[in-house]
Amino acid sequence: MSETPLLSMRGIGKSFLGVPVLHGVDLTIEQGEVHALVGENGAGKSTLMKILAGVHSADAGTVELNTGESGGRMVSFTHPLQAQHAGVASVFQEFNLLPELSVAENVHLGREPRRRGLIDRRAMAERTAEVLADLGVEDLAPTAKVGSLSVAHQQITEIAKAVSQGADLICMDEPTAALADAEVELLYRLVRRLKERGVSVLYVSHRLKEIFDLCDRITVLKDGRLVQCADTADITPDDLVTAMVGRRIEAVFPERLEGTAAGEVRLEVRGGGNAWVDGIDLDVRAGEIVGLAGLQGSGRTEIAEAVFGIAPFTRGTVKVDGKPIRITRPRKAIGAGIALVTEDRKAQGLALRQSVRANARMVLDANARVHSRKRLNRIPGLLSSLDLVARGEDQEVRYLSGGNQQKVVVAKWLAAEPGVIVLDEPTRGIDVGAKHKLYSVIRELAAEGLAVLLIASELIEVIGLADRIVVLHDGRIAGELPGGATEQDVMAYATGRRAEESRPA
Amino acid sequence: MTRFRDLIAKAANPTGTVFILLALILVGVFAMNPGFFEGPSLMAFLKQAAPLVILAAGQYFVIVSGNFDLSVGALVGAQVVIAARLIDGEESRTLPVILAMIAFGVAVGLVNGLITTVLKVQSFITTLGMLLVLYGAIRLWTGGAPTGSLSEAFRQAGRFGIEDVPVLGQVPWALLIMIGLGAGAIALMRSRFGRVLMASGDNERAAALSGARVDAARTAAFVLSGLSATVAGILIGGYAGVSAQVGDGLEFTVITAVVLGGVVLGGGRGTVLAAMAGALTIEALFTLFNQMALPATLRPTVQGAILIAAVAYAARQRARPAPAPATPTATATATPS
Repeated sequence: MSETPLLSMRGIGKSFLGVPVLHGVDLTIEQGEVHALVGENGAGKSTLMKILAGVHSADAGTVELNTGESGGRMVSFTHPLQAQHAGVASVFQEFNLLPELSVAENVHLGREPRRRGLIDRRAMAERTAEVLADLGVEDLAPTAKVGSLSVAHQQITEIAKAVSQGADLICMDEPTAALADAEVELLYRLVRRLKERGVSVLYVSHRLKEIFDLCDRITVLKDGRLVQCADTADITPDDLVTAMVGRRIEAVFPERLEGTAAGEVRLEVRGGGNAWVDGIDLDVRAGEIVGLAGLQGSGRTEIAEAVFGIAPFTRGTVKVDGKPIRITRPRKAIGAGIALVTEDRKAQGLALRQSVRANARMVLDANARVHSRKRLNRIPGLLSSLDLVARGEDQEVRYLSGGNQQKVVVAKWLAAEPGVIVLDEPTRGIDVGAKHKLYSVIRELAAEGLAVLLIASELIEVIGLADRIVVLHDGRIAGELPGGATEQDVMAYATGRRAEESRPA
Repeated sequence: MTRFRDLIAKAANPTGTVFILLALILVGVFAMNPGFFEGPSLMAFLKQAAPLVILAAGQYFVIVSGNFDLSVGALVGAQVVIAARLIDGEESRTLPVILAMIAFGVAVGLVNGLITTVLKVQSFITTLGMLLVLYGAIRLWTGGAPTGSLSEAFRQAGRFGIEDVPVLGQVPWALLIMIGLGAGAIALMRSRFGRVLMASGDNERAAALSGARVDAARTAAFVLSGLSATVAGILIGGYAGVSAQVGDGLEFTVITAVVLGGVVLGGGRGTVLAAMAGALTIEALFTLFNQMALPATLRPTVQGAILIAAVAYAARQRARPAPAPATPTATATATPS
């Protein structure tokens, strides 16, 4: 390791509208190091990363960068381009790519090689191919249009762009959040390759496994303060979780609550099908948590959307509490006592510029059938029972952390006292503490007699929480497993390696 | 200290700014003409401002739900012409004609709303088209110059009021109507309808997935705007008399007023009270111009500048606290499970 670190940030402070988000945070990254930045949502990781990227500027502290021949110098970026020129590239969750252009054009955007004043497309494609080959990526054509690529390939394009710009430090914000398992492997290889080439990586993630697989050192933030910076070898996953949340999580998944018993069937689907799924038979009983597992694109979300009337079933029958019903619109589903916590809380779950209160009462306000004074009055209690952390009910939800935003979404549905609740990726992108809280809430809902349909791409969640696991493959039910089944069993169905004998294709 | 900081915080958001602006302009008016705050002259100012304030409330509903209504000026003009033509000086026709005007205002709003929501035509285009349709139809119908005349009863609302009130002199009906409708608008925004409208303007997808009838709410907003134009037409007709040009350019003035009130184009942001204050601010500004003997022809230019400045200001306000969720750290984060 070199004498002077590549990057050293000292005493970084930042406030938004008078609310301090970072308090004197230090961060040092060595050359060729993969450095994890971890913490619950709202701990200040994103803000720190954005200061480094020049999106925000720090209120206090210094940033020293030792890149290339420039030697050690103090920098302070006020624009993302400055950071880029200094050799710091950032790959955010929302990519900075132009979907209508090719991979090569995106990689060279603004720095296109020219020949006689015109863009030299061939040189551009060749150089891009070189960069990709250098990164060990074989299956990505420089001429492919970015908009038609998978998320994983778009991410690779971003990384290739950073490399071709000569970045010495690449910051990645939750890089695996939208990747399937096989794609995560690809990213691993890429990160290791970057390290071999002496490029440093700042890896922002919640996922412990990745952090321990990939990273050399770990910096832990909590509530905007530096908690710890340690070599990965010197810390155990338990210690890390403790450092992040400031308390030890006894068991990852709470036990089933006493008195929880499966009762009557509350949601029944027979032969449900539409353009995306087919032959769906599903029973969810009161007090039962049924997990829907499957790979990305297997039809998990599509079933949720069909049950909730967003893209209804065009075949088959649905019964809610024994009564046949044709759910053609979300309003009808809500009227029948169904709730859907959507996958994308920012686009589909919340009106971000409205207050916590306005969002929490949205379902009641929008549906005369479920509106009542009594239910409105329950909302404050509901929010505090979810341990919502906010400055008050008047705070706009966009200022909340992901976990707290999700609690508001859950609250708005629970306010309507549904009989069936469908949770689509309820813990995506939220911190460990909030996840744990949601797990407990899901258990409590079952104990209260709700029928819970849980969709999660992290298998461990489905396995740990569900009483039964329905595994989908290619829009059909591939098999059913009891709760606590092994990941191997689930994957066997999900990948189509094993098909249920009784279900001819 | 905290109170002072609260005040600063309130002023810093666009919704609060308009009240400070209004106060500053009124101070300016007072400096030029200390008599302005005497009862009668204040009442006269409010009587004149009432139609724009009512229009601002109507426009607010449309804007906050994520649309525009450019047709209100033409609708005001049409309503005045229709009233004059149908009443034609006959007192007994006043009430039936007012009912017909209300029906017409509702119909125009309904058409705007349905074309925008069902046919998915952008409201900017829908209402621009409606503006032209109304403008042309009225001229076609009247053959260029409006005919007929209003009845005395019709003119009551815009011109008269409760007379001989101590200190104030005449308390105009227009002012009372403005206060009544304003209070109604505020109450409406606190109702379930208002909350759904606001949510629809902020995130229509989230609102729809929560079971909101987004299209119906937005259509209702257009109907409210049509109704506000009808009331404004009655007041303006009574106050200023009959001419086909009476509503010309009003749509721009009212949108400027609403935006000045910190209501963000695109929806989901701002209060109806501030929108109405924006209308008062514009009227106060024009009064100040009169007192400074500036030409009335300056108004469109000033309006344009205000419109751009207000939207730019709101955009800056929005850009500063970046979409990145900044979590409050002041509150305890203890999360016992």
